[in-house]
Amino acid sequence: MATSEQFDNTGQPPEELTVEQAIRLTAGCANANLQHEELGRRYYAAWWLGRFKVSEPAAVDALIAALEDDSDRTEDGGYPLRRNAARALGKLGDQRAVEPLIQCLESDDVYVREAAAQSLEMLNDPRSIQPLLKLLEGGVEAATTVPGKPHLVQPYTSILEALGTIGATEAIGEIEPFTQHRVRRVQFSALRAMYQLTQNEIYGQRLIEALQENELQLRRSVLMDLGAIGYLPAAKAVSETLAENSLKLISLKGILEHHLNHVDSNPISPEAVEVMNLMDSLL
Amino acid sequence: MTSSQLINAVETADSSDALLDAVEALAAACLPEAIPTLIEVLGFNNPGAAVAAVDGLITIGEPAVMPILEQLDGYNYGARAWAVRALSGIGDPRGLDILLDAAGSDFALSVRRAAARGLGAIRWHELPSEAQSQGQKRAFETLSQACQDPEWIVRYGAVVGLQGLQTATAKQQPEWWTSGIECLETMIQQDEVLAVQARAKLALSCLLD
Repeated sequence: MATSEQFDNTGQPPEELTVEQAIRLTAGCANANLQHEELGRRYYAAWWLGRFKVSEPAAVDALIAALEDDSDRTEDGGYPLRRNAARALGKLGDQRAVEPLIQCLESDDVYVREAAAQSLEMLNDPRSIQPLLKLLEGGVEAATTVPGKPHLVQPYTSILEALGTIGATEAIGEIEPFTQHRVRRVQFSALRAMYQLTQNEIYGQRLIEALQENELQLRRSVLMDLGAIGYLPAAKAVSETLAENSLKLISLKGILEHHLNHVDSNPISPEAVEVMNLMDSLL
Repeated sequence: MTSSQLINAVETADSSDALLDAVEALAAACLPEAIPTLIEVLGFNNPGAAVAAVDGLITIGEPAVMPILEQLDGYNYGARAWAVRALSGIGDPRGLDILLDAAGSDFALSVRRAAARGLGAIRWHELPSEAQSQGQKRAFETLSQACQDPEWIVRYGAVVGLQGLQTATAKQQPEWWTSGIECLETMIQQDEVLAVQARAKLALSCLLD
């Protein structure tokens, strides 16, 4: 977010691509003999369109077409260009991407499914609820690690977070068991979604406890979760977490803005003042 | 523990947690002879320990200023941010030039935001009156520029700094004072980030109360 703001304010893309070049590259041509170097540039161009929020229809068309690209493959069968195109489509906010991204949830590349779930979260369209829910089939028992791989069979964190953000209250029964998943990161995503869907403090409190995790990486991720759900009672604990001030400030910004969006802004509420005092102390 | 034992504990810490405990103990002791060690900790890439070291340097205050300034050029990017935070917290006018420079042009947003806040907390009365009003004017110019920074957190820091500066100069009301109020009003209306708008609103309500 911060980086795109930077671009918006300076007005010029700092990279060497033009919008036309990026669209043309992403669209590619039906050339089966694309050079390795050309593949790299297309991969970059797809990312670039998302990074600089080039949301004109031609860019969205090119990215949607890239979701079916077969030229860019990894050694183990992954689709790098599809992954980047799926990520970019979430940032562009064009609802035409919803159905094509839902199709991507059936990809055999787990990273394509992950990118699609994240982008569907950003597009926030209820049509994605059932297809996302389908990926939770088998529940926690089925949610195991792929043998020989570092990842689980599904991108559970992204799926759970998307369901929470989209407001899929019909999915509560399927999501709740994941608050006990053995992988911490999955637990947190489930807690985050459950809080969004039920507003039950139990889930928010468990996230606050998770700010004490031993691993910095986990604490960072909980900070982002608490910011994303805007859990006001966490503000003090967030400010005291052992992590970078920059991340704590982003988390508190999420909490503050969520609060401001839900109360009358005149005069400033004592809660908002308290969060801002905490933020001031972290500058 | 003696001061050399406290310092030794920092230098021999063999884990991140042990380092944090040792730095906290050293910082709490508030010893001028701990300054070089606390400064060294700023470069360890351990956020918890760096926070504790910054707190320690701020508590020591004035005697820490010259050692921090003398080593500033040698700092890596993370350490520089922590050093600017320490200078911001101490508020010593000898740090003014560093803060002005950092708030306006440092490439790291964490340094710009810390410096912007610090510009609002300078102990102006330690300067002769002419240097005071000159310094305040420069601080105002830098802060009003920082209110346009592309990063929201730097603008947020600039609002906090501006509130401090406006408060410090409310009695004298230098010629730029009204522009400072207008700058905050503009941010309430026009900043694209809700948190920044809210902070500007809080600043204004404190200033006009």
